[in-house]
Amino acid sequence: MFDTALTLNDFIFLAKGAGMTIFVTVISVALGTVLGIVFGVIRYQLGPVWSAPLMFVLDIFRSIPLLIQLVLAYAFLGTVLRLGLSGLSVACMVLTLYTSAYCAEIVRGGIEAVPLTLRRAARSLGMSWGQDMRHIVMPLATRVALPSWIGLALGVMKDSALVYVVQVTELLKSTQILITRLQEPLLLLTICGAFYFLISFPVARFGGYLERRWSND
Amino acid sequence: MFNYRFQWKQAYAKLPEMLDGAITTMQVAILSMVIGILLAILLTLFRRSGNRILGGFATTWVEIARNTPALFQIYMAHFGLAGLGLHLSPYQSLLLGITFNNAGYLAENFRGALKAIPDTQPRAGRSLGMSDLQAFRFIVLPQMIRISFPTITNQMVWAVLMTSLGVTVGMNSDLYGVTQDLNALTFRTFELFAMAAVIFYVIVKIIQAGAWLISRRLFRY
Repeated sequence: MFDTALTLNDFIFLAKGAGMTIFVTVISVALGTVLGIVFGVIRYQLGPVWSAPLMFVLDIFRSIPLLIQLVLAYAFLGTVLRLGLSGLSVACMVLTLYTSAYCAEIVRGGIEAVPLTLRRAARSLGMSWGQDMRHIVMPLATRVALPSWIGLALGVMKDSALVYVVQVTELLKSTQILITRLQEPLLLLTICGAFYFLISFPVARFGGYLERRWSND
Repeated sequence: MFNYRFQWKQAYAKLPEMLDGAITTMQVAILSMVIGILLAILLTLFRRSGNRILGGFATTWVEIARNTPALFQIYMAHFGLAGLGLHLSPYQSLLLGITFNNAGYLAENFRGALKAIPDTQPRAGRSLGMSDLQAFRFIVLPQMIRISFPTITNQMVWAVLMTSLGVTVGMNSDLYGVTQDLNALTFRTFELFAMAAVIFYVIVKIIQAGAWLISRRLFRY
């Protein structure tokens, strides 16, 4: 019953796919978070009216399927601008912007959760805007924002399964290639799902733990 | 400006076909949401029941739905079940995958909403002679839906966006599938997918506006 045609080589192939998934995720989450913090601070500083154009653009990334974003970006950069970028770089770019769109909202929520009186107190003690941001807002906002940021990072990891559409062979795509060859969908999909689950589940649990711990005091 | 001639007319001529696809997309999204909400309520009941087997089943469902990619769940519905001998059409597997995902996420949201409802309320209902189920149906459920209404709206938007994944299992009647087929015919990738993007954007905005109107009418305090 447990006969399988899965060889060590196939397993290495899957591991490479998993590595690609993690690579794309780490790059886009890292860059996307930096961009998202910038956007979030801009959004907070400018207020809802003046940051409306920026918010409109970021909202687009949240209202269009990632699959279409990837195809559009690939087509635009490839056939319209003729830049000849690799699928991997397009995937990272799109996922970075996608991450930053969500991250901006999280950052804004975090900043808004810091009581204004606290910040005024900091300013009246002679702190500059930067010092206030660095020493008062950042530690407090991080507490509020980190659980949702963890959720976002995991979401991006799961969504990175879609980058197959720009010719990046990540975990799910390599699984599908093997399914086509070996015709053992259930086993291969279970392995693939187990990988995602084993990364996502503990981290999500940790995020839930942080949320519970930090919301009590 | 660009070394490329945009052919918007060709793409525009295909608008009726794409709108037909958009209707299928909406159909799948709404169906998956309706079934998903019902299943999520069921899962919430399972978790509250105190029965270990039912609770474990619900928790497993929720954790798998939340910790694996939606695309994986759709693959599982299509290729995984086919491995067990159950062959679903692309439409059915897409619907099944999204519904599974929706139910898992919504059940978790409902659990968060339940925390905001004091335990004393269903107990008061019980002491008034309501059965456990009645107390849930008439006291807990309405508040639960009200509290989690924004997240239900978000999930609806997600459901619409997730329908685009159906193309991976061979679905070609939804908006993304139609666009992909037209693309194969005309090779106007950028123009066609830009139009699809606009249609998706409009659908999402309509859902959000509709949810805002509904919430204003339903939830006046």
